[in-house]
Amino acid sequence: MNINSNKYTYVFAVVMVVLVATLLSIAATSLKPFQDKNVELEKKSDILRSIGIEGEDVESLFDQYIQEQLVIQNGEAIESEITAFDIDMASAVALAADKRQVPLFKAAVEGNTYYVLPVRGKGLWGPIWGYVALKGDGNTILGATFGHKTETPGLGAEIATPIFQDQFPGKKLFTTTYEGIEVRKGDASGDQQVDGISGGTITSVGVQDMISDCLKPYKPYLMSIADAALVPAVQLAPIVDSTLITAAL
Amino acid sequence: MSNEQKPAQEGLFSKKNRRLLIDPMNANNPVTVQVLGICSALAITVKLKPAIVMGLSVIVVTTMANLITSLMRNMIPNRIRIIVQLVVVAALVILVDQVLKAFVYDVSKQLSVFVGLIITNCIIMGRIEAFSLGNTPWKSVLDGLGNGAAYGGILIIVAFFRELLGNGTLLDYPVVEWMGLYDVGYKNNGMMLLPPMALIVVAMIIWVQRAKTPSLIEKD
Repeated sequence: MNINSNKYTYVFAVVMVVLVATLLSIAATSLKPFQDKNVELEKKSDILRSIGIEGEDVESLFDQYIQEQLVIQNGEAIESEITAFDIDMASAVALAADKRQVPLFKAAVEGNTYYVLPVRGKGLWGPIWGYVALKGDGNTILGATFGHKTETPGLGAEIATPIFQDQFPGKKLFTTTYEGIEVRKGDASGDQQVDGISGGTITSVGVQDMISDCLKPYKPYLMSIADAALVPAVQLAPIVDSTLITAAL
Repeated sequence: MSNEQKPAQEGLFSKKNRRLLIDPMNANNPVTVQVLGICSALAITVKLKPAIVMGLSVIVVTTMANLITSLMRNMIPNRIRIIVQLVVVAALVILVDQVLKAFVYDVSKQLSVFVGLIITNCIIMGRIEAFSLGNTPWKSVLDGLGNGAAYGGILIIVAFFRELLGNGTLLDYPVVEWMGLYDVGYKNNGMMLLPPMALIVVAMIIWVQRAKTPSLIEKD
């Protein structure tokens, strides 16, 4: 047989491509469950990291600390067909803020309640994302973690490092004048300001836009938490008074 | 019964075959002598673990690619042989990538695009074109193993020095701290973590190798 004839060449190419395609699709399908599991574990460990929990056994830590997973739309917890954990933020943020269904993770650590909200936006080259954890007042940031797909190493990619992320704890999301966190150049001493990355301006601005955009659907919900957090303090006052009275008697 | 005389059977590990395995380690090293695969040697040698995984991946790909193309060598139409080689290599690389993603996810994230770029690693295409298309499967396997291991070996040497001097750790184990060097004022050299230092370490390996192997020294 002449292996250099046109006919043979075509047949050889077709057979080879079909064989290889079959092999690769079998491999991809059979390995998919393992890969999905890895992605899920990574997501769980990212959420835990934002509330300062790190450890080997992510699965059980997640079950231990994350008490509730809510789906939020327009600031209210709703019943949804899809579970909060499975919501794809990429397609959620593509919708208008009032149409989004977004997840909110409620964590309980040593008696304190924390709220973790996922954020997602655009960097310079591709998507950036992260998790912002709030303290029980629904306003003060406990911790934040960010990730990126293709930001420039040493510049934009620095948002994924502690140097950048460690600025967030203690900052506030809401004041009467601004909602979100301002990523700025130079002085960042304000309650709502963090220092951006030199040479990574577009990524830094991306983080700022991402936070203020992703905050929108949560705002009324977080506000109601903030109000609720104030109530016990008010209730405490009479009790203190009555004990004083008893003591006086 | 034929009267034809059987050719003398060559042993599996005859001297000639052993040379196929050992030559790439020194006199014909793909990285330090042929200067191939340098790009990935710079990129993924910051830490030892990714370097080891990358080395193993390349060994698997070169060996399998050599074996498969050698088995097919009398069937491949000459005009599309480069495409056939690419398809074989690409399929193997995708397989390796999928397996890494499924079982060593964190390392696969660190290696990121470089697993995919094994396809363009000149060592692999070079060995197929130069060797396995003209040799029997067993010899091709040895050649693939030898070249893959030689590449992986260089990667591991470079990563060893970069992680140790740049980060003070080996496989994330804090060796320098354990030796107590920080207490006497030792500091990690952050420059070791930057790409240029990988080139300099490779150059030093070449220097040592040439000093020890006179046959590699060019005559002026």
